[in-house]
Amino acid sequence: MTDLSLSEGKVAPRARRDIGLRRRYAAEARFRFYGIFAIALGIFFLLALLFTVFKGGYTAFWQTSINLPITFDAETIDPDNKRATDPGKLLTANYTVLARNALAEKLGIDVEDKANRADLKLVSGLISQGVRTQLRDIVVADPSVIGTTRNVWVLAAADVDSAHKGQIDLAVPEARRKVKDQQVEWMNKLSQEGMMAERFNSGLFTFGASSRPETSGMGVALIGSLYMMLIVLVLSLPIGVAASIYLEEFAPKNRMTDLIEVNINNLAAVPSIVFGLLGLAVFINFAGLPRSASLVGGLVLTLMTLPTIIIATRAALKAVPPSIRSAALGVGASRMQMVFHHVLPLAAPGILTGTIIGLAQALGETAPLLLIGMVAFVANYPATPMDPATALPVQIFMWANEAERAFVERTSGAIIILLLFLAAMNLAAIILRRRFERRW
Amino acid sequence: MSAATVLLIVLAIGAAAFAVAYRRAAGLRPEAGQKLHSRAGYHGAYAFVMAVLPAILFLALWKAASPAYVENAVWNDLPEQVQTAPDSNKSLLMGMVTSIGDGVRRLSDAELEQAKAGSVDLRELFAAKGVALASSGEPYMVPAAVAYNEMTDASVRYSGIGTILLALAGAVYGLTGISVRRRARNNVERIMLWGLMAASTIAILTTIGIVLSMLFQTISFFQSVPLSNFFFGTVWDPRFAAAGSGGTTGQFGLIPLLAGTLYIALVAMLFAVPIGLFAAIYMAEYASRRVRSIVKPVLEILAGIPTIVYGIFALATVGPLLRDLSAALAGGQPFILAQSVLTAGLVMGIMLIPFVSSLSDDIITAVPRAMHDGSLGLGATRSETMRRVILPAALPGIVGALLLTASRAIGETMIVVLAAGVAANLTINPGEAMTTITVKIVNQLTGDLEFTSPQTLVAFALGITLFAITLAMNVFALYIVRKYREQYE
Amino acid sequence: MLTDVAMEQKLAPTQDQHMIKIQGQEVCVHYGEKQALFSVNLDVRENQVTALIGPSGCGKSTFLRCLNRMNDTIDSARVSGTITLDGENIYDKAIDVVELRARVGMVFQKPNPFPKSIYENVAYGPRIHGLAKKKADLDEIVETSLKKAAIWNEVKDRLHEAGTGLSGGQQQRLCIARAIAVSPEVILMDEPCSALDPIATARVEELIDELRQNYTIVIVTHSMQQAARVSQRTAMFHLGYLVEEGDTDKMFTNPDDKRTQDYITGRFG
Repeated sequence: MTDLSLSEGKVAPRARRDIGLRRRYAAEARFRFYGIFAIALGIFFLLALLFTVFKGGYTAFWQTSINLPITFDAETIDPDNKRATDPGKLLTANYTVLARNALAEKLGIDVEDKANRADLKLVSGLISQGVRTQLRDIVVADPSVIGTTRNVWVLAAADVDSAHKGQIDLAVPEARRKVKDQQVEWMNKLSQEGMMAERFNSGLFTFGASSRPETSGMGVALIGSLYMMLIVLVLSLPIGVAASIYLEEFAPKNRMTDLIEVNINNLAAVPSIVFGLLGLAVFINFAGLPRSASLVGGLVLTLMTLPTIIIATRAALKAVPPSIRSAALGVGASRMQMVFHHVLPLAAPGILTGTIIGLAQALGETAPLLLIGMVAFVANYPATPMDPATALPVQIFMWANEAERAFVERTSGAIIILLLFLAAMNLAAIILRRRFERRW
Repeated sequence: MSAATVLLIVLAIGAAAFAVAYRRAAGLRPEAGQKLHSRAGYHGAYAFVMAVLPAILFLALWKAASPAYVENAVWNDLPEQVQTAPDSNKSLLMGMVTSIGDGVRRLSDAELEQAKAGSVDLRELFAAKGVALASSGEPYMVPAAVAYNEMTDASVRYSGIGTILLALAGAVYGLTGISVRRRARNNVERIMLWGLMAASTIAILTTIGIVLSMLFQTISFFQSVPLSNFFFGTVWDPRFAAAGSGGTTGQFGLIPLLAGTLYIALVAMLFAVPIGLFAAIYMAEYASRRVRSIVKPVLEILAGIPTIVYGIFALATVGPLLRDLSAALAGGQPFILAQSVLTAGLVMGIMLIPFVSSLSDDIITAVPRAMHDGSLGLGATRSETMRRVILPAALPGIVGALLLTASRAIGETMIVVLAAGVAANLTINPGEAMTTITVKIVNQLTGDLEFTSPQTLVAFALGITLFAITLAMNVFALYIVRKYREQYE
Repeated sequence: MLTDVAMEQKLAPTQDQHMIKIQGQEVCVHYGEKQALFSVNLDVRENQVTALIGPSGCGKSTFLRCLNRMNDTIDSARVSGTITLDGENIYDKAIDVVELRARVGMVFQKPNPFPKSIYENVAYGPRIHGLAKKKADLDEIVETSLKKAAIWNEVKDRLHEAGTGLSGGQQQRLCIARAIAVSPEVILMDEPCSALDPIATARVEELIDELRQNYTIVIVTHSMQQAARVSQRTAMFHLGYLVEEGDTDKMFTNPDDKRTQDYITGRFG
């Protein structure tokens, strides 16, 4: 109903108008519910993602190993007794057989008996091929062990590891699974005797690339990522801060600075893969830097991180109140002194926060690194940033493309580690912000 | 004398210049009524900069220019018939010469004579010295390599001497005329300002670098594949192009990739926009400060998770889930493949939720409080206020934010590499696999690279297309958002 | 509809013939830990202009915002005591805040037209409350409201242009028209002229005086002269306390409280 008071002079107390409250409140409740539902959905996705990663990945931090009393038999290692003159002998000796014999003995299988060949093959199948390098390193480090017996924890083969963790369905017919019934029986025996156990998987952090899951780790990727982060930090922080200081404190307002401004904002939104193309064309093809090197990766990530740091730094500089600047200029400081003595120290926490967040982004970046050849099979630690290396996220990508079951858990395990790094960095940024937060 | 040694010497000269200048300035005795214009530290810094900066610039320029000069000189000394060889061979030949140059340094005089005479196989000779050659090489390369070595050595020597002399001259210049009235601080600060200015141009240089690097490769790509075949081709099948013989038409078609890119981005946006927008509305309007301070960072965790993790989530969890779900629904055959538009779009949508929500949240909270109060004061409910006043007022800003988000979806790589598939289909069924521009860039550039084959170069053509699309969207979006903010400032 | 309480109040002897429209009793407001208003007792009479004056930060705007529960929109605000509108406690659970605000409209310090056309600005309230069944009704409400707000002649030819394109004074009158369009019983004005120039202020003051015929008006003002010009009753606030209230004429000529006198004579403020 239209209102009477508009045309009447003196107002009488009015009857309540019908303003559709019931319908409107229903709409209000619906609207509100959509909001809550949207947020709940977002949080649900986050939890689902984290849950699947942790569920699939935590087992990667344990690796099944076998404790074997290994006899470093001189006959097997160095049958011709030449090791005094030719140290190369120790490198090429047949160490695998030492471990096999030790295990066979434990299981009560006669090594010498030709009839046991099939069994011996199964016994070998329990032990990781990585045992060769493991025993070799022991002997090379201390040749005096030859002829003695020592208890050594050796890695179990990847399939055995999966079976031990219950990841292989033993109900499947024997012919179609990789772990045979006989092996399962031995595994149970060894486990009962405490000779087979899951131990902390330090190799996950130290090994390089390997085609065998149990001996592959993220060592090279960690070093590569470390190099790249250092390069990004060393280059992008000073350049970013210098650029921000110029733009915020000195630059005249003209078309040039406008252009720079637009450029920075745009670069922050350019797809990361485009930076990879830039790196490939400029750093590798034009400047002739080596492919797969962390130096190139670091340079590419620096260019990607700069806009983030510049935007954060400018915000931090803007937040310093003009009164501080006036005060510094008022006592006769030059503009440069004002910036470096007063404004910059006050803006430092904000700048550092932005830098850490920029570094965290760079640490998780994958696509540009694929293009500059960091998807490489690198078994040895890179000694310098010029050597081939991989990076954490690229390692995850490579493992994700492997077919074997044991690589699946490693993929998730590596993701957990990456996420922990990122969480630590972001936490540091938050703490920094809280601690030094200043209200003017 | 290596560059590092030269650099150390230059720094030492600089340090010495600093110390001397500092002492001199500190020892100045101003007359009555005068005082030192700049503090001693600035006099020292000025001398340091004068000693170090020109010298290092000189060294850097020399290092950048000399290889090209030396190569050119060596090239011109090579036999005529070699020089007339096509350009593509030049880099190969020069590569040989430099490797031989490496090897020659390790030879004894007698071996060198043999090599020059061509009486030994160079490859074997060098392999024994630990230098691997790509091919056996020709005898004429050995003198060229020797000349190359000599010129390089000379270049290093002269540049080292020149740099050190320049540093000394600079130090002397910086040290002369230290006086009470000298404006050392202003000079130092002017140089610092140049430094700051140079740093700020890096953004422009990066953009130029991106455009140029891709442009050159793209141009050489279009020399072997016509423009129209790339932009209007509907078939993507680069494998057979190497066979040449005119069979290259239609195999580098952009259309299926572009369609896949846009389709996946569309699915992602359809998923992310309602969720993100409603989450933003709730946080801006309804949530108490406490709830907001928890929910906002929690949602933003989604933005901090690397895209590779999303990719694996799609590959290992969401894809199989959708496939099995659709199989159960259809009773047998799945109508959604594990790698499909839907899988990639859905997971990308999850990734985009925090972008939409925090960008929209910023935009919504930028609408002045007065609008909000004005509407509530008239008796509007909160949802009415939001729908009829705040959102219309925020619309331009939100459109800008969504454009930025869409640009991100188009440029996203890892999720689609793992979850979208590699087959360049043209389909409207979201349950099937499609591929994107970014996937193909990665596919074409991993593995062996030859910077002359169209298979490699097409990646740059794709890259520049991607760059152009996202650039247009970003610039437009940033313009809208900026205009929007100005309106309420 | 009058309740018994209000009837009694109406029958109770008052200084004039105007009924009590709003009655505040022991109104206290806290913002978080800080108390902004201390036990205010104040009556607002129908068809009169009541001015709330006092130095800045004295609580006059806070009190005003209590009258249509705009303080609800501030998370940390807590209101205690009772405020009755026609004898009903507006802080009662049974009272709906949307309905309350439809009855008690508000005009803000800074003109805040929505970024819509002039027509849509005025039509906004009637639309959300469903006050017009037909387009013609809505047109009429818009026209009447703009006329009552004394801005019709200036905008009638450009009803579909943006409201934000008007001058400050016009914008404020548009906001008043917007408030009138909902046909409230009470209009609250929070320093409506503080952002306007003297000529625009005079127009708005004139308008307030006209509106008094049909509406009960409560106005917060910084300016003594304005209070004297437009209001019939005045309440003086200081540091969160109601210092004095009474007929405007008396307040400005013969205040009871020393602080009021000081403020009016310009000793502080």
